[in-house]
Amino acid sequence: MSTTSEAPTVIKRHALFTRLWHWVNVVCLIVLLMSGLQIFNAHPSLYWGMDSHFDTPALSIGAIRADNGELRGITRLGGYRFDTTGVLGVSGSDTDREVRAFPAWSTLPGPRWLAMGRQWHFLAAWIFAPMLIGYLAYLVIGGQLRRRLLPRAQEWRHLGKTLIDHARLRFPRGEEARHYNLLQKLTYLLILFLITPMVILTGLTMSPTMDAAWPWLLDLFGGRQTARTLHFLCASALLAFFIIHVLLVLVSGFINNMRSMITGRYVPPPEKEPHDDAPR
Amino acid sequence: MTRPDDPSRRRFLGRSLLAGSALLLGGCERVTRSDAMQTLFDASGALTQKAHRLLASQESMAREYPPEDIAPEFRANGTTDPTSADYRRLAANAFNDWQLRVDGLVEHAGRFSLAALRDMPARTQITRHDCVEGWSCIGQWTGVPLGDLLDRVGVRDTARFVVFHCADHRYGGGDPYYESLDLREAYHPQTLLAYDLNGATLPIANGAPLRLRAERQLGYKMAKYVMRLELVESFDHIGRGRGGFWEDRGYNWWAGI
Repeated sequence: MSTTSEAPTVIKRHALFTRLWHWVNVVCLIVLLMSGLQIFNAHPSLYWGMDSHFDTPALSIGAIRADNGELRGITRLGGYRFDTTGVLGVSGSDTDREVRAFPAWSTLPGPRWLAMGRQWHFLAAWIFAPMLIGYLAYLVIGGQLRRRLLPRAQEWRHLGKTLIDHARLRFPRGEEARHYNLLQKLTYLLILFLITPMVILTGLTMSPTMDAAWPWLLDLFGGRQTARTLHFLCASALLAFFIIHVLLVLVSGFINNMRSMITGRYVPPPEKEPHDDAPR
Repeated sequence: MTRPDDPSRRRFLGRSLLAGSALLLGGCERVTRSDAMQTLFDASGALTQKAHRLLASQESMAREYPPEDIAPEFRANGTTDPTSADYRRLAANAFNDWQLRVDGLVEHAGRFSLAALRDMPARTQITRHDCVEGWSCIGQWTGVPLGDLLDRVGVRDTARFVVFHCADHRYGGGDPYYESLDLREAYHPQTLLAYDLNGATLPIANGAPLRLRAERQLGYKMAKYVMRLELVESFDHIGRGRGGFWEDRGYNWWAGI
């Protein structure tokens, strides 16, 4: 083998704008999720409809005192009831049990402090939302959407194989690793064009001033309390995306992936599995 | 060509990651209280207010609902039974001796009994109350449009805010509840001084004898047990100077979201 064929190919994978956008989003999303849980804790119930039917919440997290005097965290989801002591409803160390919906380690700030949770939430939202609009405009106007994200006809024919490969954690190599596969494209399209716009719009629907300015928000989501529930569900979807995204970054070449999002440079894995190579 | 596993680059990556996570995990608590963060929070609050003012005109109305949407019981929050001796005495006589004081930067300072307020043209509206905690409740309110009352006393040109002084004290402390609206929100057609809830006299739990309805704002703006309106140029000298009881405790003066 000649030395030139062993030198890895380096491609420019992410533009500076994308990389900056990505890392600011990481900070914003963590702040938004954690301050969002702080805000949720102020009234840890979700409802469907225009207002709160306090007797029939869709979800509620509370605490009861058991017969032995111990505090138990109880989460109710529709007609079901779960004992979630330690995480939801009642949490903290054994000596310092606290009644609170989401535990202190998951909220910003840690202690119960709605006013400060709101400050963090709205500050991060003012960075997150305009950045999303800017990025969507960049994708659409700059042609990136068509070039990199819209699935091509032949990709659909390989959907089954792509799914199986992903489930077995076998990731594209060589030429295929230079662009997103169908699952990545669909996930990014869903997150960018549906879930994130929806989390922003449902957030705005909770504002009484915005409801006066844009009454269609209430009609679009079916009322303020439904919007609040959808806001929570979209945020949960973003959290799920965040966790799966980080796990896949870890298992599909952590250093390579991190470098591509920090410096932009990415080395597509060679066509063949390393152990298939002839002895060097 | 760049070597992808350049050790110095790898070290840099590792260090950036460590620094980043340390900042996120440990830093948030500390920076929460820093002056720089407070400046950013204030800027974001000001931006929200400007954006809302740009998007919501004086004609933008809060949604009004049909009677069948009225909640069976309107949830009472905050103080539900003021304990001050003066208030107890007024309540004992069904607020017949109660009078609303209106003073400050007005042409004709005056006092209005409940009967006098009820004699003025009234507005009835079925609206949704949104608490800062996250819940909502729909109720029917009847009262005097605040703008009508302000026109009757004559607001001076220098006045910028209406301050609502209340009879309740939270946590049994010495600080009375108060709130403030600027004149634009005060003159909004749905801004009422309400004396009836769901067609009956306003219950004590919901703010008897008179409470504010500012339908494009969150619940904490809508002062209950209103005793006095004061027209001011600035609210710096009232309470801790941030325009309301909860504002003095870290909540935004602009309660539009």
